[in-house]
Amino acid sequence: MSTVVDRPVTVTEVDGGGDPPKARERRRWGLTIVGSIVALIFLFPYLIMLIGAFKTRPEILRVPPTYLPQEWAPSNFLTMWDTPETPLPANLLSTVVISLCGTALALLAALPAAYYTARHNFRLKLPFLLLVLITQMLQPTVLASGLFREFITLEINDTWLTMILVNAAFNLSFAVWIMHSFFASVPKEIEEAAWLDGCSRGQSLTRIMLPLVWPGIVTAVIFTFIACWNEFAASLILLPTDTNQPLTVALTRFIGQYESAWQYVFAVSLIGIVPVVALFALIEKHLVSGLTAGGVK
Amino acid sequence: MTAPTTAHRSLRRRARRQSTLQALPWLAPALILIGGVVVYPVGYMIYTSFRDLTRFGTDKGWAGFDNYARVLELEHLPKVAMNTVIWVVGVVMLSIGLGLVLAQFLNKRFPGRKVLRMVIIVPWAASVVMTSTVFVYGLDPFYGIINRALVDLGLLDEPFGFLKSPVPGFLSAMAVAVFVSIPFTTFVFLAGLQAVPHDVLEAAQIDGAGRVQTYWRVVFPMLRGAVVVATIINVINVFNNLPILKTMTGAIPGYDADTTTSLMFKIIQADRQIDTASALSVLNFVVVVVVIGIYLRVVRPMRED
Repeated sequence: MSTVVDRPVTVTEVDGGGDPPKARERRRWGLTIVGSIVALIFLFPYLIMLIGAFKTRPEILRVPPTYLPQEWAPSNFLTMWDTPETPLPANLLSTVVISLCGTALALLAALPAAYYTARHNFRLKLPFLLLVLITQMLQPTVLASGLFREFITLEINDTWLTMILVNAAFNLSFAVWIMHSFFASVPKEIEEAAWLDGCSRGQSLTRIMLPLVWPGIVTAVIFTFIACWNEFAASLILLPTDTNQPLTVALTRFIGQYESAWQYVFAVSLIGIVPVVALFALIEKHLVSGLTAGGVK
Repeated sequence: MTAPTTAHRSLRRRARRQSTLQALPWLAPALILIGGVVVYPVGYMIYTSFRDLTRFGTDKGWAGFDNYARVLELEHLPKVAMNTVIWVVGVVMLSIGLGLVLAQFLNKRFPGRKVLRMVIIVPWAASVVMTSTVFVYGLDPFYGIINRALVDLGLLDEPFGFLKSPVPGFLSAMAVAVFVSIPFTTFVFLAGLQAVPHDVLEAAQIDGAGRVQTYWRVVFPMLRGAVVVATIINVINVFNNLPILKTMTGAIPGYDADTTTSLMFKIIQADRQIDTASALSVLNFVVVVVVIGIYLRVVRPMRED
């Protein structure tokens, strides 16, 4: 890469070993073919989902099954909102409210902690970070009985608030971890210069640091949001009332012991998956840098 | 010289105490959240694991280690423990291995690489319940579309009830667990590969190292940090995973396709024995911490290269 050349160099040349450009070109397209097969493997469950969502109820239970719908039924996406199995509009609202509030709460708690631990040394720093790490090893279902009892005592059992708290707490460690490494990557001198110029701690955080670590915050927020959006096991235990349940739990209500409304299962799944995949695609660029920063720390 | 040093030392001590006090407002929101939603229930779990609770939650007093004894005497525990080992070791090793290969592949330049990277995040972003539900449908022996495809491709003679009996059901669940773990693992390794300097690779090539040699001698050792991170996070996630087993093998009677995590869930949901479930949870947590501790001792990620 570092060789000095006086003629313009194409990317292929620089990157190459000793093969002639044509052979390399061919090999690249070979990689594309392998890549397409890999892509197909990772997409096929979601293709089954997509196709299934457009089948009629009799067709999706037909033996043997059809690959493509013989009769396309986009009406599934309209009729699924009003079924005896589950109150879907309420479920969607639950997912949205729980995810938004859970993410906001997690950010509110993680941001100052990540900033302070990245910038300052104090005696209880290590114990604090260990405590945060331990929450990563636990899982809300393991603590279900204790949480259930606590929420009954507080008289907030079977409400959105319980899952907002649970989601925020159990995603805190990842948010702290990611943001901590982004804060730590900003040289301290930049901030010290701001203090000398008369900025307070809070001001230097909001005016100097936040713009610099913005990608880290966005990554942490989207990660947390997706984790809240997809949460299943704790909601299953902590939210018995159907109107409070999120989409992930509602979906299982379409699966009966004897007969299942698979077309609705898949239509609901699509509604649940498309927004988070879109969000995830937004931070795809930051994923690698975010994970590197985390790995180096 | 002595006086200023003493003054300096006491000043520093005061500064440290002050710094801990100063830290408090910044850490308070996180501490309150962790205290209320994690530490309190953990304490309650440990407490109930030593109590005798009825099915309706009435506390009948101190139970000593009775609950732990009951867990260890469970008839199906050896089978479930074995399953758990197979589940965690199998899924994590396959995810790490396939993740390494995939990351290496994605690190090459070819047309469509960006699209492939986007495609691979889909199983990561998608809800695990939703993904495993597709497999429950697809693997059905009657209307399952994956079963039909396998028959049409000549891989099966007739549709097979993958999720109807413990062994194939458990193996199918493992495959799905690997499938959903690969994207995260791959991205951790991609991040690691990005940190390998290009001139190091060139130097290895100039020194006459072949591709295989370059990989194992130069690239792989530099990925150690990434392997450690990926392994630990995967072990925690795979060990604690409930949704895949619940949706895919939850309907199989008995405990032959259970891990200790899904067993705990069954003890709470079906038997309503909170005290026994608490004891099992405590044991589960201790096992995870010990396993990770041993792993870190053996691998020593902080060691200088």
